[in-house]
Amino acid sequence: MSARTRELFGLIPVSLLVCAGFAAVLVAQSQEASDLTATYGAVFLGLCVCGHLFIRTRLPDADPYLYPLAALLAAFGLVMVYRIDADLAREQAQWFVIGLILFCATIYLLPDHHVLERYRYTIAAVGILLLMLPRVPLIGEQVNGAFLAVKVGPIQFQPAELAKLAIIVFLASYLRDTRDVLVRARLKPLTWTAQALLYGVPAALFLLIVVALDLGPVAAVLLGVFTLSAVTLVRERPSLKHFGPLLLIWGVAMLMLIFIRDLGSSLMFFGAFLALVYVATSRLSIVGVGATLFLGGAAYLGSTVSHVESRFDTWLDPFDQKLYDAPGGSFQIAQSLFAQADGGLFGQGFGQALLELPGGGTILPAAHTDLIYAVIADELGLFGAAGLILVYLLFVARGFKTALVASDGFSKLLATGLTAVLALQVFVIVGGVTKVIPLTGVTLPFVSYGGSSILANMVLLALLLIVSDHARRDRDRVGPGGLV
Amino acid sequence: MNRQIVQLFGLTLVLFGVLIAFTSRWTVFEAASLEDNTLNRRGLIEQQKVPRGLILARDGDTVLARSEPRGRGEQRTYVRSYPEGETFGHPVGYSYINAGETGIEKARNDALTGDLNEFGTIFRELQSQEREGDDVVTTLDPDAQRQAMELLAGNAGSIVALEPATGRVRVAASTPGFDPNSVQDPEVLEALNLDEGDKPLINRAVQTNYQPGSTFKVVTAAAALDTGKLTPESIVDGSSPQTISGVPLNNSGNVSFGPISFTTALTNSVNTVFASVGEQVGSRTLVEYMERFGFYADPQLDYPEGEMIASGIRNSAGRLVEDGFDVGRVAIGQGGEEGQIQVTPLQMAEVAAAVANGGKLIRPRFTDRVVGQDGRVDERVDPAQQSQVMKPETAEQLTQMMADVVNEGTGTAAALSDVAVAGKTGTAEVRDATLNQVWFIGFAPVDAPRYAIAVTLEDQPIGTSGGANAAPLAAQVLQTLLGGG
Repeated sequence: MSARTRELFGLIPVSLLVCAGFAAVLVAQSQEASDLTATYGAVFLGLCVCGHLFIRTRLPDADPYLYPLAALLAAFGLVMVYRIDADLAREQAQWFVIGLILFCATIYLLPDHHVLERYRYTIAAVGILLLMLPRVPLIGEQVNGAFLAVKVGPIQFQPAELAKLAIIVFLASYLRDTRDVLVRARLKPLTWTAQALLYGVPAALFLLIVVALDLGPVAAVLLGVFTLSAVTLVRERPSLKHFGPLLLIWGVAMLMLIFIRDLGSSLMFFGAFLALVYVATSRLSIVGVGATLFLGGAAYLGSTVSHVESRFDTWLDPFDQKLYDAPGGSFQIAQSLFAQADGGLFGQGFGQALLELPGGGTILPAAHTDLIYAVIADELGLFGAAGLILVYLLFVARGFKTALVASDGFSKLLATGLTAVLALQVFVIVGGVTKVIPLTGVTLPFVSYGGSSILANMVLLALLLIVSDHARRDRDRVGPGGLV
Repeated sequence: MNRQIVQLFGLTLVLFGVLIAFTSRWTVFEAASLEDNTLNRRGLIEQQKVPRGLILARDGDTVLARSEPRGRGEQRTYVRSYPEGETFGHPVGYSYINAGETGIEKARNDALTGDLNEFGTIFRELQSQEREGDDVVTTLDPDAQRQAMELLAGNAGSIVALEPATGRVRVAASTPGFDPNSVQDPEVLEALNLDEGDKPLINRAVQTNYQPGSTFKVVTAAAALDTGKLTPESIVDGSSPQTISGVPLNNSGNVSFGPISFTTALTNSVNTVFASVGEQVGSRTLVEYMERFGFYADPQLDYPEGEMIASGIRNSAGRLVEDGFDVGRVAIGQGGEEGQIQVTPLQMAEVAAAVANGGKLIRPRFTDRVVGQDGRVDERVDPAQQSQVMKPETAEQLTQMMADVVNEGTGTAAALSDVAVAGKTGTAEVRDATLNQVWFIGFAPVDAPRYAIAVTLEDQPIGTSGGANAAPLAAQVLQTLLGGG
């Protein structure tokens, strides 16, 4: 069976899910499961098939699972958003149509992704500009203290979603160039005295700082990891110039934290950056230094920037009455946990979760965007939520598989970066909703309501498929066992 | 690079594993505690759509709480109403979205909302029945409860009466009270909450610790008799003052009794006798008997955990202690910094009930039965033994001694014309001996006890006593209970 036929078959469960999902929601809302359900399902399936046919003509060798998995997530998201608010679902469906057009346009206009390497600095500049856009007066919008949205007329837009693509493209091409410089050099054995100096002095310094500043356990571990990684890094290549790019990007991430004041998106960007650095150079020491610097910086900002600080406090103690009552306080995360508690193992069923107060008003703020995972856990229970995570995991597995199969450094890094940033986005928002990390406002890819999110993720999918098409064609030409 | 990509996928697996672990934590493992969180109003909002069952008095007729529909169709909700108002305010509690739930409303929430077990729910859904709550028939006696509230009116205090043989709580009165209908207004609730003087939301029957005064001598006597240290006829030294724990102790009015029988000592509530008996019994044995009576733990009552308090010996920090206290002074219901006996009215009613029931303590309870809307009894609460506090013979001896207290001792005001009553009075000096906490505990009839009772009043002026101020209230409530049943 050809890859494209497998892809087509992969769409069958998607169409079933759409029909079943809409039927369930309609029944739960005690409306008749009229032909409307069939219409919804048919239209959605029709769009999916259109996309499939386009892939069939342009990218015949691309990975057969990525597209159906994304369609599955999108279908699932559409049902959930429909359940929350039918009007939003109609808008969401329109965004999907636009997204699909953008998806096709990307594939059509970009037959070879290596072209992107040529424009990497332009792309990086655009990415940073996009990130700063919400701070521009008049069009920038502050939501819950974070600057994440741009509003022009009636259209609200989250530039960070598109910026993430630009930054991944830039990093992939930049690191492909510099990885040779950054890759570990063969180490010369050190004399005993040099070793004693290299390890002894930082260790003594570390102890001194821990004792002098009376650091808590978390801070001490952070500092310890930092010291160890820094020492290893110095030992491997005692040259400042290689810290340069690292420090620069760390600086950018910190600036982002200051400017857009959103821990979630900077965690997403910086995490993807570290993942790419690790894949490109295989040096854990850089990752160690970067991660500790980031966490240290975040902790420092967390204690100084009041918006970030309150996010931390509400994360640590969401049931504190004062924090719960405060505007923008822990009400949202507490309600998220309460909603999940109602779900249990199997959930209450589509359309059964409590979202609105009897007298009007909502009990679960941002149910269709930030907290959509809580609604899923409420209605479909642990099994449904874990199933959703598994679908993401499959998607991520196919993304990394694409990176493995790809033959050149840029393709590998691009596929890795795109996959990693999507995985991190899932982790940041689901982790926020489940109180693993502080809750921040990023979308659940393909599932949450939101135009910019859908558009960006459709482009992400298109890029992955383009890389995959090239990689698999190359592999097939060389034959199994070659080049991989 | 491939090895690193595979490692990165491994990291993703771990991170997503953490997500699933945390999701299961909230949806399954910690779901129950989240549902009980006071900030979580989801349950209450859901329940508003379901008519809660009635809460009824013991007669199955008097409605203590009912649900009234508001609005129409999909928007229809049900709001609680309490026809008896303040009279049953404390035991019944309330259930409103913005005020939360308390009392029997909270303790029997599952039955009242028809929240059956998982299979029952599925079964009902298969039959597409509308969900509705069951009725809860309580053990409370409407006449006696009303009378108790009237008797307490104007004072802060509590009256608790129960059936020694079954544990059914007949009266659970506590003043100052509050009208549960009023707390749906958040401002009223807040004002009630902030009233530090009256503390009207506190159910004094189970949630307030008082000094028991001489009523605690019943516990001391039970320990002394049951361990064989003394018999009712034993001759004890009633002289005053005596040195207890190195500090002189006086009898009330510094009356010196000389050699008297143990029975006489209880009849006249002789402090010096009971203090030295307490020292004879020892702190370890006394605490052991207290635990058998139910001290040192929340009452085993079907009432919300957070709305009850344990009785026992507490140090000045309010912590329960089991040794290191002045056992002589605790034995007469007093104490010091390192340990002062503190009790709830329900606990003292249980002390009387255990003596009345041949030494066997039955678990107290507010619920008699749960009745479905089809009239079928879904659950009947049967008497359950909590502990065997003392031997039946000891209980019999103590009963006679307590009967003497009412016949010829400090408790004569509790006597009824046609029924023999047994009891013990208590008067504790509080607030630097400027005010009294007055007590009476007892039961009737002596030969076949049907009701045990505890009465206490806070902050009575100097000159008042348990015998003069609490015992008459007990007599009236007992009369009502005996006459009515």
